[in-house]
Amino acid sequence: MSKILQIASSRRTWAWPYVLFMLLFVVLPLLLVGVYAFTDIEGHFTLRNFAKFFTHSEAIQTFLYSLMIAVFNTAICLLIGYPAAYFMAAEDFKTPKVMAMLFILPMWINFLLRTVATVELFNIFGLPLGEGALLFGLCYDYLPFMIYPIYNTLQKMDTSLVEAAQDLGANRWVCFWKVIVPLSMPGVYSGIVMVFMPTVSTFAIAELLTHNNIKLFGSLIQDYITTTDLLNYGAVLSLVLLIIIGLTSFFGDNSSETEKGGMI
Amino acid sequence: MKNEFIIEVNHVSKQFEDGKYALDDVSLQVKKGEFVTILGPSGCGKTTLLRCIAGFQVASSGDILLKGEDVTKTPPYRRPVNTVFQKYALFPHLNVFNNVAFGLKLKKEAPDVIKKKVRRALKMANMTGYEERKVDTLSGGQQQRVAIARAIVNEPEVLLLDEPLSALDLKMRHDMQIELKELHEKLGITFIYVTHDQEEALTLSDRVVVMNEGRIKQIGTPTDIYNEPQNCFVADFIGESNILSGRMIRDKRVEFIGQQFDCIDTGFGEDVPVDVVIRPEDIYLWKVQGDNVLSDKGPDAASQADLDKEDRVPKGKFTKWYGTVQSCIFKGVHYEMRVLTPDGFEFLIQDYHEFLPGTEVGMLVKPEDIQIVKKEHYLYNYFEGEVTKNGKVRFIDAEWEVTEQQLAGFEPGERVQVRVPFRNIDLQDYEEEGTLSGEVHFILYKGNHYHLTIRTDEGHDLYVDTNDVWDDGDRVGIVIKPEDILIGKLPND
Repeated sequence: MSKILQIASSRRTWAWPYVLFMLLFVVLPLLLVGVYAFTDIEGHFTLRNFAKFFTHSEAIQTFLYSLMIAVFNTAICLLIGYPAAYFMAAEDFKTPKVMAMLFILPMWINFLLRTVATVELFNIFGLPLGEGALLFGLCYDYLPFMIYPIYNTLQKMDTSLVEAAQDLGANRWVCFWKVIVPLSMPGVYSGIVMVFMPTVSTFAIAELLTHNNIKLFGSLIQDYITTTDLLNYGAVLSLVLLIIIGLTSFFGDNSSETEKGGMI
Repeated sequence: MKNEFIIEVNHVSKQFEDGKYALDDVSLQVKKGEFVTILGPSGCGKTTLLRCIAGFQVASSGDILLKGEDVTKTPPYRRPVNTVFQKYALFPHLNVFNNVAFGLKLKKEAPDVIKKKVRRALKMANMTGYEERKVDTLSGGQQQRVAIARAIVNEPEVLLLDEPLSALDLKMRHDMQIELKELHEKLGITFIYVTHDQEEALTLSDRVVVMNEGRIKQIGTPTDIYNEPQNCFVADFIGESNILSGRMIRDKRVEFIGQQFDCIDTGFGEDVPVDVVIRPEDIYLWKVQGDNVLSDKGPDAASQADLDKEDRVPKGKFTKWYGTVQSCIFKGVHYEMRVLTPDGFEFLIQDYHEFLPGTEVGMLVKPEDIQIVKKEHYLYNYFEGEVTKNGKVRFIDAEWEVTEQQLAGFEPGERVQVRVPFRNIDLQDYEEEGTLSGEVHFILYKGNHYHLTIRTDEGHDLYVDTNDVWDDGDRVGIVIKPEDILIGKLPND
């Protein structure tokens, strides 16, 4: 009896349901993607799917285009998000909570609904859907993910560092570039990762905001996966995307300072 | 040289948005090469004063001159001063070398000059060999040394230090004090040093500025501040002291604890209430025998004979008084005794000899060790009040019930002077039991009672004499009985 209690009260025991969940819904699907990528439709090992990708110019072009869209979106979010975070974190800014609330408010509803609403907005104002609308929609959806990590690092930054820089002869401009920007990099890194990763694999936003005229890599994968005889090729595309995303997260994780940033 | 002062602070006040004054008409002159310490309890405005000199805060009124030049509104990066911050404020993204070189690089000095100067500064701060280290791998003391190097490498005219040692442990603090003192001598520049640690202030400085509640309470050399406190706050804050209410009979003659003493102070006037400050180490103690020592008759001839045997105690016509040792604590070098007189006055006394509790002792103090301090307030709280239409009197933001007799001769709406004796304000443990609530703001032990300053929630100060023990910051309810409220005409009206 006491043994059962001991097992039940151990923290390790409580981890098991989660481990099981992750095995079933994270590890297994990943393994399946890997297995499908390296097999043909009959289940025999093959590298032909990979060979097909490297000769399939449409796939590569879509892939590069998606990367470019993601890079653009990340850059725009950073350009808009950094100043927003900076002003919100400023000491003499009286209503950071209201600002933060306004930025987070659209996230209360599902992003698909928001995107549909954006399409309607474009229609009302008679604006054409297409690449511009796509970038706008992406930026609108992902901006908060850029602002929050940066806002957090800026807000936690020791103000005496800024004073120390001024004391040593740095004016506001120099102080910003030599102290504030370098010290907010952990926040910038997590912002970049949090915006770049989901945009590179997005497809619903692209479909809705471009009337299916622009195909992103995510849409391409979706097309192949839903077509039964091309499932294995779709798996290869997924794997390629996964590797790219993995690389970006390493880029953000290379310094121990990320722990100072992060979302919260 | 036209102007011998490197820093002049003239009537500077700093008012915050909530209307409270962090600095209230502060004036201070600092000579070139001086080591000046600004000392005071937390919240006294010392850091605000330093920040005004550094330029991080702008004074609401008054002006600040550096080398005769008005810098009141000059931004910090254009002032010839550098600051050592309380929590070091080293740049975590730069190594030691780049932290120290930060200011020089901004001045666009040549790389080899920078290298040489950084090396020299690090050597001064005893941090040679740490150039490539990341700052977060350094200990607190090492970080503070880097911070000092980073400030002095710019060759400032004035070095400002904001409680630089407060985050260090005791041993390290003592070592750093000596290093700072040596550094000051080597560099020959002006140091302005903020601390709440009186020992640090007395050890390091040429001059000490004691501050409280945004005002300067005294400026003087460490010995002046210790031996000649100008008010009860300084006497109480610096070192330990016995503070007693007394009366100046005439020049060089003072009365307290019901006896008259010779002293050396003059110029207070005749028959004027004063406070008397005696340091615990200035009271001489000797053992007395005989049961009648503590009776009304005073000590007998035998106890005089006891005194004559003591070589330690100065001989002469000193006023003596007697009491019983209540407690005795060994403090390392000396013993610390609490001695109670038959009249209920308690004295704190330090002596190299041990006097066990229960011992009956005689006490005397030399005239030059009796420090007379002007009383800042005496017997009564004075307020300006107004007679209300419904027959009450309104002062310190509350209405108080009084009788018709008390209001006789005053019309509703008339401004009046209200007096409340210190003794007649009653403090309650529970705020809601009082007409007003407030907080114990300052406590002064006067030998046989406590003299408290109570700050009401509306921001008025009340002085209260009580025998009850309260702690700093205690919340209290304030009760004043109607019959204790004295109403009179406003002066000069």
